[in-house]
Amino acid sequence: MAGWDEVFYGLVKAVELIFSGDPNVIQVTLLSLRVSGLATLIGGALGIPLGAFVALRTFRGKTFVISVINTLMGLPPVLVGLVYYILLSSTGPLGFLRLLYTPEAMILAQLTMVLPIAAGVTISSVSTIDPRLREVVVSLGAGPLQEAAILLWEARLGLLTALVVGFGAAISEVGAIMIVGGNLLGYTRALTTAIVLLTNQGEFVEAIALGIILLVLAFLVNAILTLLQMRSRSSLFAQTYTRQSQLKW
Amino acid sequence: MVNVYKSFGSREVLKNICLDVKRGEILSVIGPSGAGKTTLLKLMNLLLNPDRGKIFFDGVDTDVDEKQRRALRRKMGMVFQHPALFDTTVFNNVALGLMIRGFHKEEIEKRVEDALRYVGLKGFAKRKASSLSAGEAQRVSLARALVLEPKLLLLDEPTANLDPGNVLQIEETIRRVNSERGVTVVLATHNLLQAKRLSHRVAFLWMGDLVEVGETKEVFENPKSERTALYLRGEMVC
Repeated sequence: MAGWDEVFYGLVKAVELIFSGDPNVIQVTLLSLRVSGLATLIGGALGIPLGAFVALRTFRGKTFVISVINTLMGLPPVLVGLVYYILLSSTGPLGFLRLLYTPEAMILAQLTMVLPIAAGVTISSVSTIDPRLREVVVSLGAGPLQEAAILLWEARLGLLTALVVGFGAAISEVGAIMIVGGNLLGYTRALTTAIVLLTNQGEFVEAIALGIILLVLAFLVNAILTLLQMRSRSSLFAQTYTRQSQLKW
Repeated sequence: MVNVYKSFGSREVLKNICLDVKRGEILSVIGPSGAGKTTLLKLMNLLLNPDRGKIFFDGVDTDVDEKQRRALRRKMGMVFQHPALFDTTVFNNVALGLMIRGFHKEEIEKRVEDALRYVGLKGFAKRKASSLSAGEAQRVSLARALVLEPKLLLLDEPTANLDPGNVLQIEETIRRVNSERGVTVVLATHNLLQAKRLSHRVAFLWMGDLVEVGETKEVFENPKSERTALYLRGEMVC
């Protein structure tokens, strides 16, 4: 049984591992960052426009689509892993891609979880924009893409939140990447899967140490995104239009 | 506007509206709250489509595809009852329409500065929109429309709930933009004195019916319709 001693030693070990430059720790940390970072970026790149489209357009079945997206926001990672395992296994329909037990399969699985989160938070953020602002944008002569860009900019804090929440879900997830990645040392072992393995082996100190590294990592990424959120309130508006009207402010 | 009808669900907001706006005039649309004034202005700004009837702008039928409607809309400016400013600086708010049109930096800066001076807000460019008073915000909203140099300026209750100083300033700007730049103005207001002070002609709208249109003096002194007379005497509210 793990007790407070293990937590304490875990803390000490975490500091030791961080500063000793342990190659295994560096490898699993970098893999976690790469997999979850890419899943967040791709999920955001697909989910934010999807969310904007759903929020800004009127179409039949819109409520149903929003309900589906909201449901998928709580997609169980183990289920995602299972579905991808079936799809990517050698006898599965996507087996020819030979992606099972690769970092790419892990990205795919996490991306599937991040996408609905990004879309859902975007829908929620864009929907809370004062509808009169939208009317003003159209009245000023904006086309559909300009309208979407301006309104997304107005909802920028919510969009950054979408990325923060998406990354948080991805970096802390274990079920999906364990199934599709296989937890192979030096190849598909991430921080969370390593923690599961160490816990199963009774190596609580090391598991807690990796857990602390995971927490610090999540904190750092969130701190950067939060800083961006705060800065964006005042400085980035002009840059959006710089691209549009070729201004350099 | 020719025989224009507009409904929202089962509620008929405008009924058989026939209205000409003459180039270079200030036309006030008066009527109580819920008469359909805002809907009328949104139809003119091509933000809404009529259920029936035709709307012509500058001699052009506006029953065209959205791209062409957008091109027509870009010749107009509209100020809403609520200023609806974006969470950024005054400069960015006023510049937005020019940015949408792809103007260059120097031109945008010059036009924004001129527009802010025109509405009495010189030196406000760097202020955050959220720090403005209601009157200042509405003047920014007016500058945002004027900076586009519109042919037609649509004003929906632009001075509702503002203090007398800001009302005076906005009215003076409307008068100047009409007389100095020849901009045609359609002003929706329930402020009868304002309509009397500013307009060349007045249109009285009541429960979706365009009851009477005429010269301001004529309508106020010798209304043709009994309903107009009752409204002007304050004996009829919606």
